[in-house]
Amino acid sequence: MDAQRITFLVGAVIGVPVVLVLYIVVTDWLIRRLPAAQHGRVRPWLWVGPALLLVTGFLIYPGVATAWISVLSNDGKNFVGFANFGHVLADHSVLIAIRNNVLWLVFYTGLVLVFGLILAVMADRVPYEGAIKSLIFMPMAISFVAAGLIWSFMYQYQPNLPGVHQTGTLNAVWVNLLHQQPIAWIIDERVNNFALIFAAVWVWTGFAMVITSAALKGIPPELTEAARVDGATELQVFSRITIPLLAPTLTVIGTTLVIFALKAFDIIYVMTNGLYNTDVMARRMYGEMFTSQNYANSAAIAMLLLLAVIPVLIFNLRRFQFQEAIR
Amino acid sequence: MSVAPVAAPPITQAPVVAVGKEPRRFTLGTLPLHLALILLTVIWIVPTLGLLVSSFRPGFLVNRTGWWTAFSPPFQFTLQNYSDVLQSNNLFASFLNSLTIAIPATVIPIAIAAFAAYAFAWMRFPLRNALFLLLVGLLAVPLQVTLIPVLAAFKVLQLNGSFLGIWLAHTGYGLPFAIYLLRNFFGSLPNDLFESASIDGAGPVTMFFRLVLPLSVPALASLAIFQFLWTWNDLLVALVYLGGDPAVAPMTVTVANLVGSLGQSYELLTAAAFVSMALPLVVFLAMQRYFVRGMTAGAVKG
Repeated sequence: MDAQRITFLVGAVIGVPVVLVLYIVVTDWLIRRLPAAQHGRVRPWLWVGPALLLVTGFLIYPGVATAWISVLSNDGKNFVGFANFGHVLADHSVLIAIRNNVLWLVFYTGLVLVFGLILAVMADRVPYEGAIKSLIFMPMAISFVAAGLIWSFMYQYQPNLPGVHQTGTLNAVWVNLLHQQPIAWIIDERVNNFALIFAAVWVWTGFAMVITSAALKGIPPELTEAARVDGATELQVFSRITIPLLAPTLTVIGTTLVIFALKAFDIIYVMTNGLYNTDVMARRMYGEMFTSQNYANSAAIAMLLLLAVIPVLIFNLRRFQFQEAIR
Repeated sequence: MSVAPVAAPPITQAPVVAVGKEPRRFTLGTLPLHLALILLTVIWIVPTLGLLVSSFRPGFLVNRTGWWTAFSPPFQFTLQNYSDVLQSNNLFASFLNSLTIAIPATVIPIAIAAFAAYAFAWMRFPLRNALFLLLVGLLAVPLQVTLIPVLAAFKVLQLNGSFLGIWLAHTGYGLPFAIYLLRNFFGSLPNDLFESASIDGAGPVTMFFRLVLPLSVPALASLAIFQFLWTWNDLLVALVYLGGDPAVAPMTVTVANLVGSLGQSYELLTAAAFVSMALPLVVFLAMQRYFVRGMTAGAVKG
């Protein structure tokens, strides 16, 4: 790293907080010069000001601008109403992308929740719980680019010829242990979407597991003990007591997963770049933006994504207000 | 990780030691449980293990035999792949770029969010609740809806392809979650603390620096880990705003490009992937406790 870069980096890391602190201290000194009645009125805005400015600049204004771009022609000169949406939705490959997002929504969300729950419940009963959690959770720390590469390697395919070995782990098990014909997991359209989805499931299961596990430990043991004393089987305790008590937690994990499923991008970008009918909306939006340079279509796809997220958004807002009410 | 988790629901605080719980002892009846759990865990680590092993195997073997054969004679391992990718594939420069992006993109939003979160937690002002609700709503908004206008603005301001631009972008995108997490933490600090400090004549600035920040180190640490991993692992924001210039490309962009250009040279791809994973894994292993705490935070109150 050259000296200029280091100066730049250190300047940002130390400079920005220092400037921010100076801003707060100096404005506070000025506020105290004001009549006392004004203090409480001015100060909060100075404290939230920088954050509001950035959030407006990077989220609110661009969101509104994208909505506007999505109803203009691609050269930005004419208002075309919902014509871009019509274009996009009439495109067969976009419909495939929407179908794939639905697959992601259902299978990714479902599998992460189920694996997370099963692993949390099982790990709760063994003395080496901590180690299991760390190992399952580890993929959460790495990038989806790395995860995509890891799974491309897992899914490698070699033709079934004498003298040719399967180098992909999955095909090696499939061919050598289960004596099946090798499958081109990433190309074969019967399985490829599920193959990509599973790579994401592998990453996120630890997330669901750790949160579910925290909720599990919050269940008073008296409840399950009482049921056992009354003669309930382990399965009954699980389905009638544990699951209902975990339901709110699972719902919240689910909302996070749903948002991710709709925004899925990195894994598809790395593993197939949307080929072989594995495209999704977020990848398509990027493709329209950079490959086709069609900002109007790209903005329309982005708005469709936003539309899909809105139910989750409303759910989150309601839950937040409920939480605040009981605070 | 490309998504800031929406904080979890109100779970009652987990007891440190589960009272009245059966001691977790090993008995024969629980053998299937142990076997199933260990099998699942092995399945979960095999992909990473295969990657790691392959990155140390000579190229002519990686594309001919499975990585598991490395554990039988003639045990052929090499460091060649690492020296190759670090020297000829721009990976070392990308590592430095990732650091240059991720460190300020972690520090700046946390500094800005801390002041805002304090105001949201302990100051009264009109629209406070409405604005906070807006931030909660923004947690769910896909950043795809912001890419086109921000890129257009960056082009006008000549911020595209610059570190400054991507720091600002990560700051804007990271703020809603950062403010949300810190506000919940600050808000859970006991009221008495602020009252007695106020009686002693402390103003908001003093309370913020002397009281709130020292008490919030765990929350700040969790947030720092999140934001660091998020920015380090980010692909989309870097792809869009850095415009594919290799001079500023972070690891994720470089590795994703290598997938295209190296194709089936998995001995190099696996080495490159592992270089990109090393730092986040170290951060994760060293700070696991804070990471997990932050994730369950918004929720497990206190």
